[in-house]
Amino acid sequence: MQIAITGRGGQGVLFLTRILTECALRLGLEVIASETHGMAMRGGSVISTLKVGPYRGPLVRSSQADLILALDDGSIETYAHLMAPTGTMILNTPGPNSSPAIDATGLAAKTGSPLMANLILLGFALKQKKLFCDYSLAESVTGDISPERFREANLKALQVGYSTGNAEGQE
Amino acid sequence: MKKILLGNEAIARGLLENGCSFAASYPGTPASEILSSFLQMAKAEKTPAIGEWSINEKVAFETALSVSYAGGRAAVSMKQVGLNVACDPLMSSAYTGVKGGFLVISADDPGPHSSQTEQDSRMMAVMAKIPVLDPSTPQEAKEMIGLAYQISEEFEIPVMLRPTTRICHSRQGILLKEIPAPSLASGFSKDPQRWAATPRYRFTLHLQLNQKIEAIAEKFGKDSFRKILGSSNARRCIISSGVALAYTYDILQELNLKDEITLYQVKMPYPLKAKALLAEIGSFEDILIIEETYPVIEMQLAMRGRLKGRLDGSIPSQGELVPDVLVESIRNFAGIPEGKKGLIPGKARRPTLCPGCPHRPAFYAIRQALPQGIYPSDIGCYTLGLNLGAVDTVLCMGAAISQAAGLYYAYRMNGEAPPIVATIGDSTFYHAGIPALINAVHNGAKFILLILDNSTTAMTGNQPTPGLEMLADGRTGKAVAIEEIVRASGVQNLTILDPYQLESMIQAVKEADKVTRSEDGGISVIISRHPCLMNLSPGQKQKSYGLEITGDCIACEICYRDFECPAISLNPQSGMARIDQNLCSGCGVCVQVCPQNAIKNNNSPQRGQRTPR
Repeated sequence: MQIAITGRGGQGVLFLTRILTECALRLGLEVIASETHGMAMRGGSVISTLKVGPYRGPLVRSSQADLILALDDGSIETYAHLMAPTGTMILNTPGPNSSPAIDATGLAAKTGSPLMANLILLGFALKQKKLFCDYSLAESVTGDISPERFREANLKALQVGYSTGNAEGQE
Repeated sequence: MKKILLGNEAIARGLLENGCSFAASYPGTPASEILSSFLQMAKAEKTPAIGEWSINEKVAFETALSVSYAGGRAAVSMKQVGLNVACDPLMSSAYTGVKGGFLVISADDPGPHSSQTEQDSRMMAVMAKIPVLDPSTPQEAKEMIGLAYQISEEFEIPVMLRPTTRICHSRQGILLKEIPAPSLASGFSKDPQRWAATPRYRFTLHLQLNQKIEAIAEKFGKDSFRKILGSSNARRCIISSGVALAYTYDILQELNLKDEITLYQVKMPYPLKAKALLAEIGSFEDILIIEETYPVIEMQLAMRGRLKGRLDGSIPSQGELVPDVLVESIRNFAGIPEGKKGLIPGKARRPTLCPGCPHRPAFYAIRQALPQGIYPSDIGCYTLGLNLGAVDTVLCMGAAISQAAGLYYAYRMNGEAPPIVATIGDSTFYHAGIPALINAVHNGAKFILLILDNSTTAMTGNQPTPGLEMLADGRTGKAVAIEEIVRASGVQNLTILDPYQLESMIQAVKEADKVTRSEDGGISVIISRHPCLMNLSPGQKQKSYGLEITGDCIACEICYRDFECPAISLNPQSGMARIDQNLCSGCGVCVQVCPQNAIKNNNSPQRGQRTPR
């Protein structure tokens, strides 16, 4: 499975990458991921790519991503070319969308942790069953790798995304 | 046991697993996390290995090298342009050789993503005549460190490990081995003909170096070259190294070409055992070489006319060899038609200084005070002062100051010089700005220098600077104050200001211009001092204001275009500016920027109410 996680510097793309690579490891799957560090992290477009399976190189080629988790709706066009014809984009955006979408930023602000939109989006994606791992694994990994002072808020955000995914799914 | 590690963490782990006793570095993307991870892991594992953030790469190199001279295993890590700074000791240490294993880790940045050049450190290894290993995955980077130390100690020669951005910043499950006690220094043995060789003995050292490099090719060259994929009846072969090999492997699998194309990996691109390699590939009808970023393997094989690669244009001569580029090169090579063209990638968002960044009001003040100025600048977050029109040149570390002097001389020969306002960050000033400042003072240059002191090396992840007491491993060291260095350099006119006091900053720049232009004026230095918001400790929150746009806003665009605060944008519905409260740091500087008084403090400052992003 080939995954891209996209957003702006500061939105927590790297943290999602850490969670998903750790999930793959615990499932005994081979995984290699590429991250954006350096200048682009200052509010510029950032992308992580994750390849789960017998791959060697960390980058995802055009039209090969099975899943894109898009944290910044302003940079969809920047990375849309990566998506496979059969792939899915899961989007953080306030308005309705043709892709599965959730207002993760709005929900995060409501829960009092504006920086947790990343985990809300991940929770939502897990509910859509578009990932190689399930909620309980992602939850235990998130708990394990979160710094102590953010652990509770991170787990809450993951839960918010997951339960919102439920409501949307029933519509 | 396997653990997910970043490539740089895998390299740090590899150093510890192979007994490295001392590591030094200067931060630079993509190499920064090597040293910090090394020290964190050493602490966690309770090994006595130590290390430091050095003031620059040359100092880091020489310090680590001397641990090796004394018999300990050591390493120095840096980004590729950092190796330029350390080039002098690199070239000379190849001649003197080493005692304890000595590893030079130089991380290249094809693209480039965060660098001034796409230069290939392997070429520097060729120039120095030292072996270089080129890992294709983080796991391999870790494994190569054992081999590197073995070669280094057996032949008493520095060995280079050359990862690239996609190795350093990839994450992978890494097989962990035990960490032994570090290989500590046995003691420095005096040998002046070697360690202090005069030119006469340097000739002998050069002769020995040539013998070493030939012997290394002979002994390790064959194992460094191995078949990765392919059957024996393939007519074509690809020779590759580094992460480009990993992509090539994936693409050959994806296009189902593994029966038609044999894939070879070169683990040590220099020195090659060219004869053995040529004997192995001689029978292939078609040979393609894929490597980043310069044709290092290709040039050593010297088979012009038979090889395809960068030299004949089969592989592009610049830019990162991302899979989208490689797939077309490989299709061409295999004689299969081009793939279907999909969507074209969109433009990426440009990076900006963070909301609340103290560099923003400093640049804004420069533009307001001296709009006709020339603005040489330097390497760091503050290069993004470009977005505010306050950065005109960016060359290399420390150049802002020497270039300001050069620009002044250029104009002085013609008469009156325009205002010249150089900007340099605190870490960059320590790194390479100090000799340039002394030189400019000594030679009578006249310009204004703003030292943007945010008390950290921000761009690369907030490593400490010599201005702080905190050392890389958490111990307390001696802080060396910028203002003391500036005064000791002979600067007469020095002001220290918080750039959040925008009006005072504008006045200070104007005043500095007056002083600098006076008969006996010289260089005026303003230290613009305010901590980086990304680097505040939990107990160090700054005042935060609740900010709001009022109905007086006329959408003059100053706050979001000229001041370029990323938290402010035009609201197309209201036709006025709006503040994104999720991004706003509450710094309150925009209140001073707005000419309409249309940005109001909703509340008086509240200490620590909002955590800056």
